[in-house]
Amino acid sequence: MGEVKKSSVVLEGTERGFATTRFEDLLNWSRKYSLFQYPFVTACCAMEFMALASPRFDMARFGAEAPRFSPRQSDLLWVVGTISQRQAPILKTIYEQMADPKYVLAFGTCASCGGFYDNYTTLPGIDKVVPVDVYVPGCPPRPESVIDGLLLLQDKIQRGDRSPGVVKPRMDPVQKVEQLVELRRPERRS
Amino acid sequence: MSRKVLDRLLKRFGEAVIEVHDQFGDETAVVVPERWKEAALFLRDDTQCAMDHFVDLTAVDYLGRQEPRFEVVLHVRSMEKLHRFRLKTRVDGEHPRVDSLCEVWRGADWFERECYDLFGVEFDGHPNLKRILMYEEFEGHPLRKDYAARRAQPLVPYREEALDKLPPFDFTEGMPFGRQTHAQLKREREDGPPQNVLGFEEDN
Repeated sequence: MGEVKKSSVVLEGTERGFATTRFEDLLNWSRKYSLFQYPFVTACCAMEFMALASPRFDMARFGAEAPRFSPRQSDLLWVVGTISQRQAPILKTIYEQMADPKYVLAFGTCASCGGFYDNYTTLPGIDKVVPVDVYVPGCPPRPESVIDGLLLLQDKIQRGDRSPGVVKPRMDPVQKVEQLVELRRPERRS
Repeated sequence: MSRKVLDRLLKRFGEAVIEVHDQFGDETAVVVPERWKEAALFLRDDTQCAMDHFVDLTAVDYLGRQEPRFEVVLHVRSMEKLHRFRLKTRVDGEHPRVDSLCEVWRGADWFERECYDLFGVEFDGHPNLKRILMYEEFEGHPLRKDYAARRAQPLVPYREEALDKLPPFDFTEGMPFGRQTHAQLKREREDGPPQNVLGFEEDN
Protein backbone atom coordinates (compact mmCIF):
# COMPACT_ATOMS: atom_id res chain seq x y z
CA MET A 1 0.00 0.00 0.00
CA GLY A 2 1.36 3.34 -0.98
CA GLU A 3 1.41 6.20 1.45
CA VAL A 4 -1.60 8.46 1.20
CA LYS A 5 -0.52 12.01 0.64
CA LYS A 6 -1.82 14.62 3.03
CA SER A 7 -3.46 16.60 0.30
CA SER A 8 -5.54 13.63 -0.78
CA VAL A 9 -7.44 13.36 2.53
CA VAL A 10 -10.86 14.78 1.82
CA LEU A 11 -12.58 14.71 5.20
CA GLU A 12 -11.53 13.08 8.43
CA GLY A 13 -14.15 11.13 10.33
CA THR A 14 -14.65 13.58 13.18
CA GLU A 15 -14.24 16.75 11.20
CA ARG A 16 -17.21 18.94 10.56
CA GLY A 17 -17.87 21.82 8.34
CA PHE A 18 -15.95 21.95 5.11
CA ALA A 19 -12.54 20.91 3.95
CA THR A 20 -10.46 22.10 1.10
CA THR A 21 -8.89 19.74 -1.38
CA ARG A 22 -7.73 19.66 -4.91
CA PHE A 23 -10.20 18.92 -7.63
CA GLU A 24 -8.09 16.05 -8.94
CA ASP A 25 -8.02 14.39 -5.56
CA LEU A 26 -11.76 14.67 -5.16
CA LEU A 27 -12.23 13.19 -8.61
CA ASN A 28 -9.87 10.30 -7.90
CA TRP A 29 -11.51 9.73 -4.55
CA SER A 30 -14.90 9.38 -6.15
CA ARG A 31 -13.47 7.20 -8.89
CA LYS A 32 -11.90 4.71 -6.57
CA TYR A 33 -15.12 4.04 -4.67
CA SER A 34 -17.33 3.62 -7.70
CA LEU A 35 -15.56 1.05 -9.84
CA PHE A 36 -17.93 -0.51 -12.30
CA GLN A 37 -16.44 -3.80 -13.30
CA TYR A 38 -16.47 -5.91 -16.40
CA PRO A 39 -15.76 -9.54 -15.45
CA PHE A 40 -13.92 -11.24 -18.31
CA VAL A 41 -14.27 -14.66 -16.76
CA THR A 42 -12.83 -17.61 -18.64
CA ALA A 43 -11.76 -20.31 -16.20
CA CYS A 44 -11.84 -21.81 -12.74
CA CYS A 45 -10.85 -18.56 -10.98
CA ALA A 46 -14.49 -17.64 -11.57
CA MET A 47 -15.37 -19.65 -8.46
CA GLU A 48 -13.28 -17.35 -6.33
CA PHE A 49 -14.71 -14.38 -8.15
CA MET A 50 -18.20 -15.53 -7.21
CA ALA A 51 -17.10 -15.97 -3.61
CA LEU A 52 -15.72 -12.47 -3.71
CA ALA A 53 -18.92 -10.98 -5.02
CA SER A 54 -21.18 -12.88 -2.63
CA PRO A 55 -22.00 -11.75 0.92
CA ARG A 56 -19.23 -13.49 2.80
CA PHE A 57 -16.40 -11.46 1.28
CA ASP A 58 -18.62 -8.83 -0.26
CA MET A 59 -16.71 -6.78 -2.74
CA ALA A 60 -19.48 -4.19 -2.53
CA ARG A 61 -17.93 -2.91 0.69
CA PHE A 62 -15.22 -1.32 -1.42
CA GLY A 63 -17.50 0.28 -3.92
CA ALA A 64 -16.73 -2.28 -6.60
CA GLU A 65 -20.21 -3.59 -6.59
CA ALA A 66 -21.97 -3.36 -9.88
CA PRO A 67 -20.85 -5.69 -12.65
CA ARG A 68 -21.61 -4.21 -16.05
CA PHE A 69 -21.64 -6.65 -18.90
CA SER A 70 -20.88 -3.95 -21.37
CA PRO A 71 -17.33 -2.65 -21.64
CA ARG A 72 -18.62 0.82 -22.48
CA GLN A 73 -20.14 1.23 -19.05
CA SER A 74 -17.30 -0.17 -16.97
CA ASP A 75 -14.09 1.19 -15.48
CA LEU A 76 -12.38 -1.95 -14.26
CA LEU A 77 -11.64 -5.01 -16.37
CA TRP A 78 -11.25 -8.16 -14.30
CA VAL A 79 -9.46 -10.78 -16.34
CA VAL A 80 -10.32 -13.92 -14.44
CA GLY A 81 -8.69 -17.04 -15.78
CA THR A 82 -6.60 -18.43 -18.61
CA ILE A 83 -6.55 -16.46 -21.85
CA SER A 84 -5.78 -18.52 -24.93
CA GLN A 85 -4.14 -17.11 -28.02
CA ARG A 86 -7.47 -17.40 -29.74
CA GLN A 87 -9.16 -15.22 -27.13
CA ALA A 88 -6.46 -12.54 -27.11
CA PRO A 89 -7.98 -10.42 -29.91
CA ILE A 90 -11.34 -10.47 -28.09
CA LEU A 91 -9.71 -9.30 -24.87
CA LYS A 92 -7.96 -6.54 -26.71
CA THR A 93 -11.20 -5.41 -28.37
CA ILE A 94 -12.99 -5.38 -25.02
CA TYR A 95 -10.21 -3.28 -23.52
CA GLU A 96 -10.29 -0.83 -26.40
CA GLN A 97 -14.05 -0.46 -26.11
CA MET A 98 -13.85 0.64 -22.49
CA ALA A 99 -14.08 4.36 -21.85
CA ASP A 100 -11.17 6.14 -20.25
CA PRO A 101 -10.15 6.10 -17.40
CA LYS A 102 -9.94 2.33 -17.37
CA TYR A 103 -8.12 -0.13 -15.19
CA VAL A 104 -7.19 -3.78 -15.57
CA LEU A 105 -6.76 -6.34 -12.84
CA ALA A 106 -5.15 -9.70 -13.65
CA PHE A 107 -6.90 -12.21 -11.43
CA GLY A 108 -4.84 -15.33 -10.72
CA THR A 109 -1.65 -16.83 -12.03
CA CYS A 110 -2.90 -17.68 -15.51
CA ALA A 111 -3.98 -14.13 -16.26
CA SER A 112 -0.79 -12.74 -14.75
CA CYS A 113 1.79 -14.88 -16.55
CA GLY A 114 0.13 -17.87 -18.18
CA GLY A 115 0.78 -20.13 -15.20
CA PHE A 116 1.90 -23.62 -16.06
CA TYR A 117 0.32 -23.44 -19.52
CA ASP A 118 3.67 -22.78 -21.12
CA ASN A 119 2.76 -23.90 -24.63
CA TYR A 120 1.42 -23.04 -28.06
CA THR A 121 -2.11 -22.32 -27.02
CA THR A 122 -2.00 -19.96 -24.04
CA LEU A 123 -1.17 -16.29 -23.84
CA PRO A 124 1.75 -15.94 -21.38
CA GLY A 125 0.12 -13.22 -19.33
CA ILE A 126 -2.45 -10.67 -20.42
CA ASP A 127 0.14 -7.90 -20.17
CA LYS A 128 1.32 -9.08 -23.59
CA VAL A 129 -1.89 -7.62 -25.01
CA VAL A 130 -3.28 -5.02 -22.60
CA PRO A 131 -1.55 -2.96 -19.89
CA VAL A 132 -2.24 -4.31 -16.42
CA ASP A 133 -2.55 -2.24 -13.24
CA VAL A 134 -2.61 -4.91 -10.56
CA TYR A 135 -1.53 -8.56 -10.65
CA VAL A 136 -3.10 -10.90 -8.10
CA PRO A 137 -1.16 -14.17 -7.87
CA GLY A 138 -2.63 -17.45 -6.75
CA CYS A 139 -4.14 -20.52 -8.32
CA PRO A 140 -6.80 -19.46 -7.61
CA PRO A 141 -6.17 -16.50 -5.29
CA ARG A 142 -7.92 -16.35 -1.95
CA PRO A 143 -10.63 -13.69 -1.86
CA GLU A 144 -8.57 -11.85 0.76
CA SER A 145 -5.69 -11.46 -1.62
CA VAL A 146 -8.02 -10.21 -4.33
CA ILE A 147 -9.42 -7.65 -1.91
CA ASP A 148 -5.84 -6.66 -1.17
CA GLY A 149 -5.29 -6.24 -4.90
CA LEU A 150 -8.44 -4.16 -5.16
CA LEU A 151 -7.23 -1.91 -2.34
CA LEU A 152 -3.89 -1.56 -4.10
CA LEU A 153 -5.76 -0.48 -7.19
CA GLN A 154 -7.81 2.04 -5.22
CA ASP A 155 -4.62 3.39 -3.78
CA LYS A 156 -3.20 3.69 -7.23
CA ILE A 157 -6.28 5.50 -8.52
CA GLN A 158 -6.10 7.92 -5.57
CA ARG A 159 -2.49 8.70 -6.43
CA GLY A 160 -3.53 9.41 -9.99
CA ASP A 161 -0.98 6.86 -11.16
CA ARG A 162 -1.73 5.47 -14.62
CA SER A 163 1.50 3.59 -15.26
CA PRO A 164 1.21 -0.18 -15.79
CA GLY A 165 1.98 -2.39 -12.85
CA VAL A 166 5.43 -3.86 -12.36
CA VAL A 167 6.13 -7.07 -10.51
CA LYS A 168 8.81 -6.28 -8.02
CA PRO A 169 11.13 -9.05 -6.84
CA ARG A 170 11.62 -9.58 -3.16
CA MET A 171 15.14 -8.28 -3.51
CA ASP A 172 16.83 -6.85 -6.54
CA PRO A 173 20.04 -8.88 -6.87
CA VAL A 174 21.74 -6.16 -8.84
CA GLN A 175 21.42 -3.64 -6.04
CA LYS A 176 22.70 -6.11 -3.47
CA VAL A 177 25.97 -7.09 -5.05
CA GLU A 178 27.87 -6.90 -1.77
CA GLN A 179 25.59 -9.60 -0.36
CA LEU A 180 26.30 -11.81 -3.30
CA VAL A 181 30.00 -11.45 -2.72
CA GLU A 182 29.54 -12.73 0.81
CA LEU A 183 28.23 -15.97 -0.64
CA ARG A 184 31.57 -16.71 -2.29
CA ARG A 185 32.97 -19.96 -1.00
CA PRO A 186 36.73 -19.89 -1.54
CA GLU A 187 37.62 -22.62 0.98
CA ARG A 188 35.44 -25.19 -0.76
CA ARG A 189 38.25 -27.48 -1.79
CA SER A 190 39.88 -27.65 1.63
CA MET B 1 -14.41 -60.30 -23.57
CA SER B 2 -13.93 -58.85 -27.00
CA ARG B 3 -11.92 -61.87 -28.10
CA LYS B 4 -14.91 -62.96 -30.16
CA VAL B 5 -14.88 -59.67 -32.04
CA LEU B 6 -11.19 -60.03 -32.81
CA ASP B 7 -11.68 -63.56 -34.07
CA ARG B 8 -14.45 -62.48 -36.41
CA LEU B 9 -12.37 -59.57 -37.66
CA LEU B 10 -9.37 -61.82 -38.30
CA LYS B 11 -11.57 -64.32 -40.11
CA ARG B 12 -13.07 -61.64 -42.30
CA PHE B 13 -9.98 -59.55 -43.05
CA GLY B 14 -7.14 -62.01 -42.59
CA GLU B 15 -4.06 -60.58 -44.26
CA ALA B 16 -5.21 -56.98 -43.89
CA VAL B 17 -4.73 -57.19 -40.13
CA ILE B 18 -1.09 -56.35 -39.48
CA GLU B 19 -0.90 -56.83 -35.77
CA VAL B 20 -3.05 -57.83 -32.81
CA HIS B 21 -2.54 -57.47 -29.09
CA ASP B 22 -4.60 -57.01 -25.97
CA GLN B 23 -4.20 -54.74 -23.05
CA PHE B 24 -6.20 -54.84 -19.80
CA GLY B 25 -8.75 -57.14 -21.39
CA ASP B 26 -9.38 -55.00 -24.45
CA GLU B 27 -8.36 -56.39 -27.82
CA THR B 28 -6.64 -54.27 -30.43
CA ALA B 29 -6.24 -54.88 -34.14
CA VAL B 30 -4.09 -52.88 -36.52
CA VAL B 31 -5.41 -52.88 -40.08
CA VAL B 32 -3.94 -51.51 -43.29
CA PRO B 33 -5.20 -47.99 -44.05
CA GLU B 34 -6.82 -49.11 -47.34
CA ARG B 35 -9.36 -51.23 -45.49
CA TRP B 36 -9.87 -48.89 -42.53
CA LYS B 37 -13.39 -47.85 -43.37
CA GLU B 38 -14.38 -51.33 -44.44
CA ALA B 39 -13.23 -52.73 -41.10
CA ALA B 40 -15.19 -50.02 -39.26
CA LEU B 41 -18.31 -50.84 -41.25
CA PHE B 42 -17.86 -54.50 -40.45
CA LEU B 43 -17.55 -53.72 -36.74
CA ARG B 44 -20.75 -51.74 -36.84
CA ASP B 45 -22.91 -53.99 -39.02
CA ASP B 46 -21.84 -57.50 -38.08
CA THR B 47 -24.47 -58.97 -35.78
CA GLN B 48 -21.91 -60.49 -33.42
CA CYS B 49 -19.90 -57.24 -33.15
CA ALA B 50 -22.72 -54.67 -33.23
CA MET B 51 -20.50 -51.74 -32.32
CA ASP B 52 -23.11 -49.03 -32.11
CA HIS B 53 -21.30 -46.67 -29.73
CA PHE B 54 -18.47 -44.53 -31.07
CA VAL B 55 -16.23 -43.64 -28.12
CA ASP B 56 -13.09 -41.94 -29.35
CA LEU B 57 -10.89 -41.33 -32.33
CA THR B 58 -7.43 -39.88 -32.05
CA ALA B 59 -3.91 -40.23 -33.35
CA VAL B 60 -0.44 -40.87 -31.97
CA ASP B 61 2.79 -39.54 -33.43
CA TYR B 62 5.66 -42.04 -33.15
CA LEU B 63 8.28 -39.84 -34.79
CA GLY B 64 11.60 -41.66 -34.90
CA ARG B 65 10.26 -44.65 -33.00
CA GLN B 66 8.10 -46.39 -35.52
CA GLU B 67 7.49 -46.48 -39.25
CA PRO B 68 4.93 -45.46 -40.47
CA ARG B 69 4.88 -42.46 -38.22
CA PHE B 70 1.21 -41.89 -37.33
CA GLU B 71 -1.19 -44.29 -35.72
CA VAL B 72 -4.89 -43.46 -35.91
CA VAL B 73 -6.75 -45.05 -33.03
CA LEU B 74 -10.46 -45.80 -32.87
CA HIS B 75 -12.31 -46.88 -29.73
CA VAL B 76 -15.76 -48.36 -30.11
CA ARG B 77 -18.17 -50.11 -27.83
CA SER B 78 -21.32 -52.15 -28.16
CA MET B 79 -24.26 -51.09 -26.07
CA GLU B 80 -26.00 -54.31 -26.99
CA LYS B 81 -23.27 -56.90 -26.50
CA LEU B 82 -21.40 -54.89 -23.85
CA HIS B 83 -17.92 -55.24 -25.26
CA ARG B 84 -15.24 -52.80 -26.36
CA PHE B 85 -12.77 -52.88 -29.18
CA ARG B 86 -9.82 -50.83 -30.35
CA LEU B 87 -8.97 -50.50 -34.02
CA LYS B 88 -5.78 -48.89 -35.28
CA THR B 89 -4.19 -48.07 -38.57
CA ARG B 90 -0.79 -46.70 -39.53
CA VAL B 91 -0.21 -43.87 -41.98
CA ASP B 92 2.81 -41.89 -42.99
CA GLY B 93 3.99 -38.75 -44.72
CA GLU B 94 3.63 -35.02 -44.33
CA HIS B 95 -0.06 -35.24 -45.22
CA PRO B 96 -1.19 -38.67 -44.05
CA ARG B 97 -4.53 -39.72 -45.50
CA VAL B 98 -7.09 -42.16 -44.28
CA ASP B 99 -10.79 -42.68 -45.00
CA SER B 100 -13.28 -40.73 -42.94
CA LEU B 101 -15.61 -42.65 -40.62
CA CYS B 102 -18.30 -39.97 -40.57
CA GLU B 103 -20.62 -42.13 -42.66
CA VAL B 104 -20.15 -45.02 -40.29
CA TRP B 105 -20.63 -43.16 -37.01
CA ARG B 106 -21.81 -39.56 -37.17
CA GLY B 107 -20.04 -38.81 -33.91
CA ALA B 108 -16.70 -39.16 -35.66
CA ASP B 109 -17.11 -35.75 -37.27
CA TRP B 110 -15.58 -33.50 -34.60
CA PHE B 111 -13.06 -36.11 -33.53
CA GLU B 112 -11.67 -36.26 -37.04
CA ARG B 113 -11.55 -32.48 -37.20
CA GLU B 114 -9.63 -32.41 -33.92
CA CYS B 115 -7.29 -35.08 -35.24
CA TYR B 116 -6.72 -33.06 -38.39
CA ASP B 117 -6.20 -29.88 -36.39
CA LEU B 118 -3.66 -31.22 -33.94
CA PHE B 119 -1.93 -33.96 -35.96
CA GLY B 120 -2.57 -33.08 -39.57
CA VAL B 121 -4.13 -36.41 -40.48
CA GLU B 122 -6.47 -35.82 -43.42
CA PHE B 123 -9.70 -37.76 -43.64
CA ASP B 124 -11.01 -38.52 -47.12
CA GLY B 125 -14.73 -38.00 -47.44
CA HIS B 126 -15.12 -35.82 -44.37
CA PRO B 127 -17.92 -33.27 -44.98
CA ASN B 128 -16.24 -30.31 -43.29
CA LEU B 129 -12.57 -30.91 -42.63
CA LYS B 130 -11.21 -27.74 -41.04
CA ARG B 131 -9.61 -26.71 -37.77
CA ILE B 132 -11.77 -27.07 -34.68
CA LEU B 133 -9.61 -25.97 -31.72
CA MET B 134 -6.90 -23.76 -33.17
CA TYR B 135 -7.51 -20.71 -35.30
CA GLU B 136 -7.39 -20.65 -39.09
CA GLU B 137 -4.18 -18.60 -39.12
CA PHE B 138 -2.29 -21.25 -37.17
CA GLU B 139 0.55 -22.87 -39.09
CA GLY B 140 1.40 -26.49 -38.61
CA HIS B 141 -0.06 -29.05 -36.25
CA PRO B 142 0.87 -28.54 -32.62
CA LEU B 143 0.73 -32.10 -31.29
CA ARG B 144 3.20 -33.42 -33.83
CA LYS B 145 6.50 -34.29 -32.25
CA ASP B 146 8.41 -32.01 -34.62
CA TYR B 147 6.39 -28.95 -33.60
CA ALA B 148 8.65 -26.85 -31.36
CA ALA B 149 7.33 -27.04 -27.80
CA ARG B 150 7.66 -23.34 -27.11
CA ARG B 151 6.51 -22.02 -30.46
CA ALA B 152 3.51 -19.74 -30.04
CA GLN B 153 1.69 -18.01 -32.87
CA PRO B 154 0.00 -14.97 -31.37
CA LEU B 155 -2.98 -13.54 -33.22
CA VAL B 156 -2.35 -10.02 -31.95
CA PRO B 157 1.22 -8.75 -31.81
CA TYR B 158 2.56 -8.46 -28.28
CA ARG B 159 2.84 -4.97 -26.84
CA GLU B 160 6.26 -3.45 -27.27
CA GLU B 161 6.80 -2.88 -23.59
CA ALA B 162 5.53 -6.38 -22.79
CA LEU B 163 7.89 -8.38 -20.66
CA ASP B 164 9.06 -11.88 -21.28
CA LYS B 165 7.87 -14.62 -19.04
CA LEU B 166 10.32 -15.27 -16.24
CA PRO B 167 12.12 -18.61 -16.56
CA PRO B 168 10.97 -21.49 -14.38
CA PHE B 169 12.31 -22.01 -10.90
CA ASP B 170 15.73 -23.54 -10.52
CA PHE B 171 17.91 -24.60 -7.61
CA THR B 172 18.34 -21.02 -6.45
CA GLU B 173 14.62 -20.57 -5.85
CA GLY B 174 14.07 -19.52 -2.26
CA MET B 175 17.51 -17.92 -2.02
CA PRO B 176 17.57 -14.15 -1.73
CA PHE B 177 19.10 -13.85 -5.18
CA GLY B 178 16.94 -16.65 -6.55
CA ARG B 179 14.59 -14.83 -8.87
CA GLN B 180 15.61 -12.97 -11.96
CA THR B 181 14.08 -9.59 -12.58
CA HIS B 182 12.66 -8.29 -15.79
CA ALA B 183 15.45 -5.71 -15.89
CA GLN B 184 18.00 -8.51 -15.76
CA LEU B 185 16.29 -10.38 -18.55
CA LYS B 186 16.26 -7.28 -20.71
CA ARG B 187 19.95 -6.68 -20.05
CA GLU B 188 20.72 -10.28 -20.92
CA ARG B 189 18.84 -9.99 -24.17
CA GLU B 190 20.93 -6.95 -25.10
CA ASP B 191 24.35 -7.83 -23.67
CA GLY B 192 24.35 -11.61 -23.70
CA PRO B 193 24.29 -13.94 -20.70
CA PRO B 194 25.77 -12.69 -17.43
CA GLN B 195 29.28 -13.69 -16.49
CA ASN B 196 29.58 -15.51 -13.18
CA VAL B 197 26.76 -13.66 -11.43
CA LEU B 198 26.87 -15.71 -8.27
CA GLY B 199 30.59 -15.27 -7.80
CA PHE B 200 31.23 -18.97 -7.31
CA GLU B 201 34.55 -20.24 -8.52
CA GLU B 202 34.41 -22.60 -11.44
CA ASP B 203 34.81 -26.28 -10.68
CA ASN B 204 37.54 -27.74 -12.82
